[in-house]
Amino acid sequence: MSNRISVKNLNLQLGDSQILQNVSLDVPAGKITSLIGPSGSGKSTLLRCLNRLWEPPPGTIFLDGQDITTLDVLALRRRVGMLFQSAALFEGTVAQNVAFGPQLCGRTLSANRIGELLEMAGLEPGMAAKPAAELSGGQAQRVALARALANEPDVLLLDEPTSALDPAATRHVEETVLRLRDSLGLTVVWVSHAIEQVERTADRMALLVDGQIVERGSPAHLLSGAHPHLTEEFARGQLESAREGA
Amino acid sequence: MPESLSWLPRIAGALVLVLAAMGISRWQNVGLEREMLVAVVRAFIQLILIGYALDLIFGTEGPFWILLVVAVMITIAGYTAGKRGKNVPRGQFVATASVSVGALLTLGLLILLDVFPFEPRYIIPIAGMVVGNSMTVTGLVMARLRDDVRLQKPQIEAALALGATRRQASQLQMRRALSTGMTPIVDSTKTVGLIALPGAMTGMILAGASPLEAVQLQIIVMYMLIGAGAFAGLTATFLTTRQFFTAAHQLVLPPDAEAARR
Repeated sequence: MSNRISVKNLNLQLGDSQILQNVSLDVPAGKITSLIGPSGSGKSTLLRCLNRLWEPPPGTIFLDGQDITTLDVLALRRRVGMLFQSAALFEGTVAQNVAFGPQLCGRTLSANRIGELLEMAGLEPGMAAKPAAELSGGQAQRVALARALANEPDVLLLDEPTSALDPAATRHVEETVLRLRDSLGLTVVWVSHAIEQVERTADRMALLVDGQIVERGSPAHLLSGAHPHLTEEFARGQLESAREGA
Repeated sequence: MPESLSWLPRIAGALVLVLAAMGISRWQNVGLEREMLVAVVRAFIQLILIGYALDLIFGTEGPFWILLVVAVMITIAGYTAGKRGKNVPRGQFVATASVSVGALLTLGLLILLDVFPFEPRYIIPIAGMVVGNSMTVTGLVMARLRDDVRLQKPQIEAALALGATRRQASQLQMRRALSTGMTPIVDSTKTVGLIALPGAMTGMILAGASPLEAVQLQIIVMYMLIGAGAFAGLTATFLTTRQFFTAAHQLVLPPDAEAARR
């Protein structure tokens, strides 16, 4: 199994605080790798390093064997797409949102292609003409997915894209991502809060605590109960996020 | 009393209005009497001093005094606009550079096109208006961009993540900020003379010029203020946006905003 992304001894400091400490991680191609951990553990920052929304030190992150800090950053981001907690759609129609990425490099998407992309994201092609502002949370997040797919990325980074969605919409997004992994061979790195979501979707997982990866492996193995550390740390994380939400 | 201060009795007359305002403040328990007194005394002293200084400078020849006065105006205006755009990284630099571009480009063009001669009597009052307007536009643009970039961080980062450059990612915010900065002067140009007679024109008429002369000057003033606003606003838009991004097209908000987010 080849690795699409390799993180090697990544350290990241912001002011006085160490955000990431000696993080090493292999992301296999065509698989879903979940990053979990309590809030503030650095998982979102790690994710943002992978497409250089946050600059990693040179020689720490490799995409298909190439140091990403030596790649053209705009080309890198077209290869490594990203979804955020909020769909963050732009003003305008669904179609305009989906066509945004290709348009940046001078390509115009046909109506057919836009319809295809919407279908890939689990939406009706007829939705293209709708104003983005009129969509439900779940629909908006799937338009954001179609928008990311329009760049034909090799890798998709998901930063808790279902955290604001209801259970039905969450399942819909999960099923769509699983389908894309199987049909397109998409490599996915998925930051998640919910351990049930990891069980449903992940091929591999890593647990981040205080900026360090403390456990990694297959979810079946790690979530079997044989790793009290994981359960304990994650329960603490769930508690913290519940407290934050209150 | 020297002839140049022959208006002092009239000033004393106008003081009656200030006394009335202070009376109202006291009667209604507004508590502004002290501040009003300070403001009135400050205005008197500042303006009389400026009057004497301008009297002296208008009598000089050569560019030295003009340039000095304009430089002082730009420095103060840059500082003021920079404070309005606080939390913009390197805000003082951005503000001063924007006001300078707005003011110097406009003044340069006015002189080049022979609209006004390069003499203290013309350039200094004109510079005052141009610098003042550049300052207002710069402050508005900086504040709007700072707020919008923070508020629309998700959209900007989503665009960056799709491969947009920092300029493409913040296009909408830049356009809105420039429009916010320019709208007041465009609106007041549209309605000039219909709602109120502007200061320069009022001054000329009170000083005895014919209304038609005054109106022509006012037209030039409005046109030049639009130009100065556009130059300063555009510079502020580009320079401010630049402060929020790295060369690798990464959005960096000032530390206090980042801390609040976490």
